[in-house]
Amino acid sequence: MTRYSISDRVGALAFAIGILAAWQFLASFEFISPLFFPPPSRSLLALWDMIVNGQIWLPLTSTIRRMIFGWLAASVCGVLLGAIIGSSPRLRLYLEPTLEFLRPLPASAIIPAAILLLGLGPSMAISVIAFGSIWPVLLASVYGFKTRDPRLTEVAQSLEMSWVRFQLEIALPAAMPSIFAGLRVSLSISLILAVVVEMQSGQQGLGQNILLAQRNYRSAELYAGIFMLGMLGLTLNSLLSTAERRIIGWKRNAH
Amino acid sequence: MIFVRALAVPIAFFTLWEISGRLGLIPQEALSRPSLFLYALYYALADGSAFTAAAQTLLTTFSGLAVATVAGIFLGVLLGSRPILQRVVGPSLETLRPIPSVALIPLALLLFGFGIRLEIAVIAFACVWPVMIVTIDAVKGIHPRFFQVADGLELSHAQRLRKIILPAAIGQIWVGVRVATGIALIVAVTVEIVVNPNGLGYAMIYAQQMFQVDLVYAYLIWTCLIGWALNWLTGQVDRRWLAKYQMSST
Repeated sequence: MTRYSISDRVGALAFAIGILAAWQFLASFEFISPLFFPPPSRSLLALWDMIVNGQIWLPLTSTIRRMIFGWLAASVCGVLLGAIIGSSPRLRLYLEPTLEFLRPLPASAIIPAAILLLGLGPSMAISVIAFGSIWPVLLASVYGFKTRDPRLTEVAQSLEMSWVRFQLEIALPAAMPSIFAGLRVSLSISLILAVVVEMQSGQQGLGQNILLAQRNYRSAELYAGIFMLGMLGLTLNSLLSTAERRIIGWKRNAH
Repeated sequence: MIFVRALAVPIAFFTLWEISGRLGLIPQEALSRPSLFLYALYYALADGSAFTAAAQTLLTTFSGLAVATVAGIFLGVLLGSRPILQRVVGPSLETLRPIPSVALIPLALLLFGFGIRLEIAVIAFACVWPVMIVTIDAVKGIHPRFFQVADGLELSHAQRLRKIILPAAIGQIWVGVRVATGIALIVAVTVEIVVNPNGLGYAMIYAQQMFQVDLVYAYLIWTCLIGWALNWLTGQVDRRWLAKYQMSST
């Protein structure tokens, strides 16, 4: 990690403000087209308006709900399947090649098939998000469960632990660091897919908002929406990091 | 034997699908049958439309990847070799990174209209980050003595880049490019599904809108194969050409 001194922070802030100020200046005096690059002040104003008159909340909460449901479903299924596949060398022998083959498949490629199967409704949206974001957490869990220290298994055997207790108390905590790495990737994929699904199926959300803003050439709203999505990604990611520190902080201290 | 085990699961899966399709246990209008979509894939391959779509997608994928690689190496070398720049410019770049790439589709559409440039722009945005990050790390990891040698030899910036920085960092940079290659194909197909009337993504969504169910699955398999082939190709580059660089950089 880079450590930032006060002068660095001032410098970094000054640079960011400088860029925005230059943009503001160039757009206000139409050196660059304000239709494509509206001055930042106008985008901020548009964002503020949407917050004050409440237009932003419904799309924002729809997007969050959609992605969180999809992501949770993917996480639960991914960890469960990962635990089963990862703990059984025999299953791995049969399933790992297929998983490896499916891994590079673009998650959004299943959207057309999902529309055929489930229509354009909310169940399609959540299934696509869940199916698309399951791969990172599934593969990470398989890896986490298969690479545990063999001594842990021996300890469990000598303690005569039941299979369930072994999984919950030893195997799962040992796999946690890889699981979290997978969860993080899944989270960003679920946001991407939530936006894609909204654009594709016209369901309410931030993704649909920015596409409509583009169609009506309301570029200030478009930038405001992109900003919101960036903030959403950042916030959720830092929430997950906090959870990760709480849950597997011991792991890092141990080394 | 390994081959048999690898194929056992997919074969069982498709056989079950075929049988339940023929028995009418699953809805044909949504799920089709493996025999039907393999037939559709055969026709799409035979009349060349599958190859045209793949060529369009791969062209934009590689163009976007090329833009991202050049930009990522440029930014990475700049920020990695000048710590002050990283501290001042870095945070601004970091605030752009969490923006989901697809959120830029409407913006790119506004700026470039439909077509190849829209797609390249979105791919490049998505792929520049992994390349930039590994390049920063790689450049920072170069032993300072190399730069002292460069100073002693009075090398120009271009010479430093070509003779010292790139050879020392290329192994690590390639890791970033490899990650970016996977991302590039995903973003390309996504952009095509959402807006851009081109390539594999569009072929799939078009087939869906025309209710050509078999063709949807045919293209899904075809896309999967292309993704896998691309992955295999980058793995080969890894093994054949870059092994020596990676050995020396660790």
